[in-house]
Amino acid sequence: MPEKVGIYVCHCGSNIAGTIDVEEVAKWAGENIDDVAVARDYKFMCSSLGQKMIEEDIQQKGLNRVVVAACSPSLHEKTFRRACQNAGMNPYLFQMANIREQISWVCQDKEVGTQKAKALVCAAAERVKRHKPLEPMKVKVNPATLVVGGGIAGLQATLELADAGYHVYLVEREPSIGGHMAQFDKTFPTLDCSACILTPRMSEVGQHENVTLLTYSELEEVSGSVGEFKVKVRKKARYVKEDLCTGCGICVSKCPKKVVDHDFEAGLGHRPAIYTPFPQAVPRIPVIDTDSCIWFERGKCRACEKVCPTNAIDYEQEDEIVELEVGNIILATGWKLFDCEKLPQYGHGRLPNVYTSMEFERLCNAAGPTGGKIVLRDGKTEPESVAIIHCVGSRDARHNSYCSSVCCMAAMKFGHLVLEKTKADVYSCYIDLRCNMKDYEEFYQRLLGEGMHFVRGKVAEVTEASRTPFENGKLVVQLEDTLLGRQRRIPVDMVILMGALEPQADSKEMGLKCGLSCGTSGWFTERHPKLDPVATMTDGVFVAGACQGPKDIPASVAQGAAAAARVQSMIARGVVSIEPIVASIDEDRCSGCRVCNNVCPYGAIDFNAEKEVSVINTALCKGCGTCVAACPANAISGAHFTDEQVFAEIEGVLWDAGQDEGQAPEEPQREADSVVA
Amino acid sequence: MKYAYYPGCSLECSSAAYDISVREVADVLQLHLREVDDWNCCGATEYFSQDELTACSVIARNLALVDPQLDQLVAPCAACYLNLKKTDHLMAEEPAFGAKVNEALAAGGLHYDAGRVRVRHLLDVVYTDIGETAIRDKVVRPLTGLKVAPYYGCQVVRPLNSFDNPEHPTRLDELFTWLGADVVNYPLKSHCCGGHMTQISEAQAFELIRRLLQCAVENGADMILCMCPMCQLNLDAYQRQVNNYFSTSYNIPIVFFTQMLGLAFGIEPGKLGIGKEIIPIEPVLRAKLSGATA
Repeated sequence: MPEKVGIYVCHCGSNIAGTIDVEEVAKWAGENIDDVAVARDYKFMCSSLGQKMIEEDIQQKGLNRVVVAACSPSLHEKTFRRACQNAGMNPYLFQMANIREQISWVCQDKEVGTQKAKALVCAAAERVKRHKPLEPMKVKVNPATLVVGGGIAGLQATLELADAGYHVYLVEREPSIGGHMAQFDKTFPTLDCSACILTPRMSEVGQHENVTLLTYSELEEVSGSVGEFKVKVRKKARYVKEDLCTGCGICVSKCPKKVVDHDFEAGLGHRPAIYTPFPQAVPRIPVIDTDSCIWFERGKCRACEKVCPTNAIDYEQEDEIVELEVGNIILATGWKLFDCEKLPQYGHGRLPNVYTSMEFERLCNAAGPTGGKIVLRDGKTEPESVAIIHCVGSRDARHNSYCSSVCCMAAMKFGHLVLEKTKADVYSCYIDLRCNMKDYEEFYQRLLGEGMHFVRGKVAEVTEASRTPFENGKLVVQLEDTLLGRQRRIPVDMVILMGALEPQADSKEMGLKCGLSCGTSGWFTERHPKLDPVATMTDGVFVAGACQGPKDIPASVAQGAAAAARVQSMIARGVVSIEPIVASIDEDRCSGCRVCNNVCPYGAIDFNAEKEVSVINTALCKGCGTCVAACPANAISGAHFTDEQVFAEIEGVLWDAGQDEGQAPEEPQREADSVVA
Repeated sequence: MKYAYYPGCSLECSSAAYDISVREVADVLQLHLREVDDWNCCGATEYFSQDELTACSVIARNLALVDPQLDQLVAPCAACYLNLKKTDHLMAEEPAFGAKVNEALAAGGLHYDAGRVRVRHLLDVVYTDIGETAIRDKVVRPLTGLKVAPYYGCQVVRPLNSFDNPEHPTRLDELFTWLGADVVNYPLKSHCCGGHMTQISEAQAFELIRRLLQCAVENGADMILCMCPMCQLNLDAYQRQVNNYFSTSYNIPIVFFTQMLGLAFGIEPGKLGIGKEIIPIEPVLRAKLSGATA
């Protein structure tokens, strides 16, 4: 059957038509490209009328190939493929030319833009003529889900899915679930106790029949694809047998070693070498920190073993790899605090009474090292004045250019707690106050009423060098008060640095494992910043909470629930279609050299020893094309990306090459080998 | 190790002690400093505040005169260091501007390719290129018991800093712990000494100087170590005027770090320009370092 191509050029209102003469492009295509049966332009191709136009042309004019020149295929390829399918055409006989993002939005000269649009349309037409009909592969969705990260976003996602009756594997790196929220004292703007609202959720997850909790564990490897992921999780050795431990805590109380707890207590408190991070930890099973344990250090002690009533201590325990099969993955890996010592002018680590926000959370937490008393580093003196410095490492071109979004509100929460618990004056040194969610502005008004001082200006330094007797023994906060228009020195006893929220140190590696990319700031990139905030470019992998960008508790919970809802819809559908864009091996040409076995990044190629040929596992293949390029015998081809299709596309884009010399374009060499060589 | 050496005008006269001690210390450390032939003034802060192209052209002449065999230039003076570095930087960042500078240089038959010469401060060379082990090896008279306040000033670590933290530098602190000295906490270490404000507004300048002296005294320092001729001059030569102005009684010696480095290496005080300072250092040396008096 001869190819009959339909070409549709979209105006996208003035988005495209403003910079490209779309009518001219359509007219030119109809007259100059071979096998074009119809070429039209239309205001909005993605509208139902635009789609209908394609469908009618297919049915009435017998089109068997369609090109739409419009926006990025990531936006509307699905729309137009569906329209083709509705009219009875195989959806893979459709091709999209992106003349918006790649031309009109980045081009100012209409003539140049129009010329390039012709080239892209010609490329798409030449390519689509060589497309083959393909059938999407159907994959059953495994109803089990993996959630990575047991902070509030991960807990929410876990509970939503488990309550709906689906099994969840919850992997958490720390010995307990709970995340940062477990460290907080109060939550803004309602000032309810963080632990009181968090711990019921933690124990619900811990006891849920549909939840398998893997704490002190890390995601090691992900293979497969949506519906049928295979996951390896490293359960780090706790040196405590989980099946025997009752969580009685005797070992923890008898451990003779005490070390500074830099994790949960942010360096303010101590913990034994065998510990649970906090009293309400879930699970209650402790872990031994081998870096501080006397037995691991010196081969002496074994106190915990002696006191354990159930013989649960096991010094020989080793890391264990657990293999799981899940249909979907939700990443809720959270954030870490900016290292405030990167700004030495603020003195953290040098001046004792300069605290980070996480240190202060522990300092005013009733379960913290001081029992919730706000005192200086000496452990007894109550501060008479406290300065809170905003944007430490945020909105700073040298560190993180973004706003960390939660610190303004957290600073006000701290201000309230200081005013409530002490007689101290509180100064907030801010650049801009951002209190833009429900009830946040009201909280700011409340703090104004409570007498918190708001000073607008970026702090230059915190110094112990006094200039007047009034400043002696104080920390002096120097800043330009931009409302007064003059330099101010505010002497205080305590300084709290609102450090930036940063992506986890290993977020890039985590992203690579799951096929996600990170933006320039290191946060996971969502599928669409407005319309698809929890899905990612990898089907079946979702993100929730602060791993996607700085977020407070309500927003993290909302995303956790949203990600769970997306997963539930995948499970309810039961089957997902996977793009049939995979590689295949021509067994007659395969010499069995096995080069492709090693280059495949997804481990999708095995060797059939009997036939002495390599075999592609289509369920694992992502169609990346690495093996196609590597095969010395040209035995592998990638569906939808065959050499013939790609070279036709190149010919198309170069339709006017050689015209300057007044020659017709030469018939390009179609033999793949010679061109590649 | 071979470097081109740019002493700058201050080191010829008011800060001769810096130049003398740099040359002595360089000998011990086997730093071969070859003075740039026919170098001219870097213009301090004045040229740049008038016209950038003229300022850069005058400064670039020195870069163009660096022996083609050498690719690093050492400047002990903070202002010279900054100006040379800034000129190289501006010429590299803006090639069109660099071309204009070269047009000016061509009038004198010279040419400079931005980036050819790496401008280094002496402290960076001593700290980085020589390093802790070699320096500790050379110490024959440890500065044990001597309390020093390391003063960086504002130009060496800012704004084109490349070898230390611009907000809280520590290289000079570290160097003097290698020498055995007791380095005191000096929170104003990178604050301004007032520069030429002494000529324009005494009240402003004296207050800046007073703060620096007060902070060093409060922290128990025997002396302030400088790495900039301007800082040394302001703190030393104006100390008595500051005392008159504020009715204070500061009497703290201000020295170049290379002078004390030389003492630790066992060089005779007289060869290090010790004695040229206005607030005499000798009483401190007599009390704290036996055998190191002039």
